[in-house]
Amino acid sequence: MSDSTHEDAAKSGTEAASIGAIRTRTIVLTLFGAAILLTLLKPWIPSALVRLPEDAILPWADWLDAGFSWLQNDIGLIHVTRTISGWLGFLTDAAANVLYGKSRWPRLEALPWSVVAACSAVLGYWLGGWRLALLAGGTLVWTALMGQWKWAMETMSVIVVAVPFGFGIGLLLGMCAWKSRRFEEALRPVLLILQTLPFYSYLLPAVIFFKVGPTAASVATIVYSMPPMILMTIVGLRKVPPDVVEAGRMAGCTRWQMLRSVYLPSARSEILVGLNQVIMLALAMVVLTAFIGMPGLGAKLLAMMNSFKLGRSFEIGVTIVLLAVTLDRLSKAWVVKQPEHFEKGIPWWQRHAFLLLGLATFILFYMLSQYLPILDEVGRRQSLSMGKEIDTLIKGFLAISWIKAITDFIRWFFNIWVLIPTELALLFVPTFAVILAMTGVGYLLGGWFPALIGFLFFSAVAQLGWWDRAMLTLHSTLTAVFLAMLFGMPLAIWAAQRERASRWMIFACDTAQTFPSFIYLLPAIMLFGITPITVILAILIYTMVPVVRYTVEGLRGVPREITEAADMAGATRWQKLWKVEFPLAMPTIAVGLNQAFIFAFFMVIIAAFIGTRDLGQEMQRTLAGTDLGKNFTLGFSVVFMALTLDIAINSWARKRRKVLGQ
Amino acid sequence: MNSDTPVISAEDVWKLFGPNPEAYLSRMPKGHSFEDIRSDGYIAGVKEVSLDVAKGEMLVIMGLSGSGKSTLVRCFSRLHDITGGTIRIDGQDIMRLNATELIELRRSKMGMVFQSFGLLPHRTVLENVAFPLEMRGQDRHARRERALEMVKLVGLEGREDYFPRELSGGQQQRVGIARSLAIEPNIWFLDEPFSALDPLIRREMQDEFLRLQDMLGKTIVFITHDFDEALRLADRIAIMKDGSVEQVDTPDKIVLNPATEYVARFTEEVDKASVVHASVLAREGVPVDGEPVPGNATILSLARRLVEDTSDTIPVSLPDGITGAMDRKAALAVLFGEKE
Repeated sequence: MSDSTHEDAAKSGTEAASIGAIRTRTIVLTLFGAAILLTLLKPWIPSALVRLPEDAILPWADWLDAGFSWLQNDIGLIHVTRTISGWLGFLTDAAANVLYGKSRWPRLEALPWSVVAACSAVLGYWLGGWRLALLAGGTLVWTALMGQWKWAMETMSVIVVAVPFGFGIGLLLGMCAWKSRRFEEALRPVLLILQTLPFYSYLLPAVIFFKVGPTAASVATIVYSMPPMILMTIVGLRKVPPDVVEAGRMAGCTRWQMLRSVYLPSARSEILVGLNQVIMLALAMVVLTAFIGMPGLGAKLLAMMNSFKLGRSFEIGVTIVLLAVTLDRLSKAWVVKQPEHFEKGIPWWQRHAFLLLGLATFILFYMLSQYLPILDEVGRRQSLSMGKEIDTLIKGFLAISWIKAITDFIRWFFNIWVLIPTELALLFVPTFAVILAMTGVGYLLGGWFPALIGFLFFSAVAQLGWWDRAMLTLHSTLTAVFLAMLFGMPLAIWAAQRERASRWMIFACDTAQTFPSFIYLLPAIMLFGITPITVILAILIYTMVPVVRYTVEGLRGVPREITEAADMAGATRWQKLWKVEFPLAMPTIAVGLNQAFIFAFFMVIIAAFIGTRDLGQEMQRTLAGTDLGKNFTLGFSVVFMALTLDIAINSWARKRRKVLGQ
Repeated sequence: MNSDTPVISAEDVWKLFGPNPEAYLSRMPKGHSFEDIRSDGYIAGVKEVSLDVAKGEMLVIMGLSGSGKSTLVRCFSRLHDITGGTIRIDGQDIMRLNATELIELRRSKMGMVFQSFGLLPHRTVLENVAFPLEMRGQDRHARRERALEMVKLVGLEGREDYFPRELSGGQQQRVGIARSLAIEPNIWFLDEPFSALDPLIRREMQDEFLRLQDMLGKTIVFITHDFDEALRLADRIAIMKDGSVEQVDTPDKIVLNPATEYVARFTEEVDKASVVHASVLAREGVPVDGEPVPGNATILSLARRLVEDTSDTIPVSLPDGITGAMDRKAALAVLFGEKE
């Protein structure tokens, strides 16, 4: 009796599932079919479906401008921002004075580079032994010897001001969100938007509200670096074990004592991971603030790339990468550093050995640099920069006939056979057909909610009035991510079969992910100069990192018993890969794919300065003026497209995980 | 406060989980079972519990996971607010305390030990032990003195500056015990303190715990899922199932007279002779000759006497100089584990 009811239940369950699958297929096929039909019948359908008519597009930009000016002048936001601007300006100036001798309060001289380098080495040694000491010291020695000290310190002066603010405000907002569900629910969508908002949309408001220069750079950097801090704070506070919380309450803690002595210290690791993220994003952003006239490594790199001085750009790129790796490793070492106890009877100077060592190093190098000017400042003539030589080397290499033949062929092939045809095809498709297709993609991946999002968000893109440019942006993104998968997947599959290769690959990808995005343009420009291929190649390299990383991780993460069971079932290597490992790894791979799309949207916008015709190009133009409304309509066109993909892929991954019981 | 007032007194205590549980409880018909409540979308964490704990008594609450034992102890310390009934600590209704008074109560009267220790990972052993003292604002010197004393009491001398991750599980729980005792609480809650430890260490910690209790004489509520542990430690045992207390009694009586089927299933496997004491089997007012056996001796320890003595009854010395008599056949039945 009970058996048969079970069977019935199981049968009706599978029936329901198959009915569901059939319904999904019907809906998706209908949507795609309609899209294809609209495209094929393009000459005969009403022109309003092909492109939204001009007069149907509302003047969003004007409204936004009116709104901003109301905020700024009528509400008086400008006074608030001017005050903040004053304080931030004061802080960045003070940092600039200490780091590179800008003549502002406190009017000390610039610290000799050798002092900074040596003290960083001590800090590195304290956090992670001689390797980190070598990395931290070495990076700064390299920077000084290459004659980039001042630029690097200009960059650092913004970072040292922005990071504490990003950290502090993020921590505060994180704690509020943890305390109040409602606040968190309000905050989440804002964070999602902030994480997909193109960086030009950070820059222009910063410039308008906070004047050009370090202040605007700090504000943009603070806002940009904050979201992960908020998220990590929430995660950390939620993860405090209930036993520890109850122990605190039973000890008679007041609410404030609970927070200060129980919650925050117990969430230390997550909070410090958040700090690491803040630092890395701050570096990535501060390099990009070159676009709003912030001097420093980014500005130099931009200038060198624009004038095609490849050797010098390469050297600056190396510095930025080294700085990124150093900051990342040092802050990560701090995350895992646990307090050590001292045995009884150890004298105080041994307990504080590192502090004293740091102090001694400081004094020693300060004195030395008074007698040896080279330790104080590396002059222009003394630097070991080989910009010209490297320039000749790279250009000579690229001019070798067979190399030139290869790059020319790739350029020709991709332009003629890949980029131009697909671009024209995407531009040919009627607006409404694209909207239907994206709705279909949403439904296929995640069901009705992502479908609705796809429909609404792509309609919004059409309504914002930059459809053709949006399609160009989408085209670059899709092409690059497709190519990244085409090249990245085989690499990842190859590596995943091998223990050492996997470890090495994940390490390489994790390191590459710490590089500021700007850097990825360098190799592309070196190989292909300033052409459309360069943009695609830059995005391709940048997005291959998450694709490879998550594919390797997903495949390696398949539980051992399951692969062993597949082996015992007599599966060949390929069968095992396709039937067992890939299906189980797909949710993780989807996370990588999602990241790849977000990265791609980010990069395609940055690439505007090497000449694209998409949203990014228009956005870059707005930087010169005060078109905040236009900047935001462009920015939100990107946000809407990126979020559609993000929501669809994420809900697919979630559903898959549920099915697999992961 | 009268000295007979129970230290902890629970009357008809309910703890329901679900949306707006108070309203549900007030309209719920009497005699609703755990399952009935669950089908209404509520979980009865604690269901209709009434019990008292006397001063200096050790009450062990025994039950399987999900039986509500941890919830009940959290109601006693008001880590959970109860849905219905009253809980009095030293005669005071704790649900009437405001936040400040509650904090004061915990700072002065209660200590608690947790299953997974609940130590603060960023503090040394000494700082962990001193934590409750620090919270109530004791000065640095005094709390250091006291914490050192506690660390010594639990046998961790010399490890004051270690961090929790540098200690073994047993040592970590010693820190938890020292911390819970630092404020000199009258009431000591222990929530499965030894369950996370391996069997040998568990035994050792139980001995240590009994030693401390002999010395300190606290009022204790001890939670466990291990029936043997309960028998070993308890003055009285409360057995819980689905949020209700099935039986509260001394170990002897629970073993001899399990009140329900459920309780009987725990007692079946127990070697009764090593649990039951002579005093429990003795009746007063029956004149007997011979050398009396001590009332606190287990039947197992009296095995030889029971087998070799031929008289029908054996004298037992009870408290206050009274002598009782124990039926030898009944005692033998316990010894051999026969059903009566």
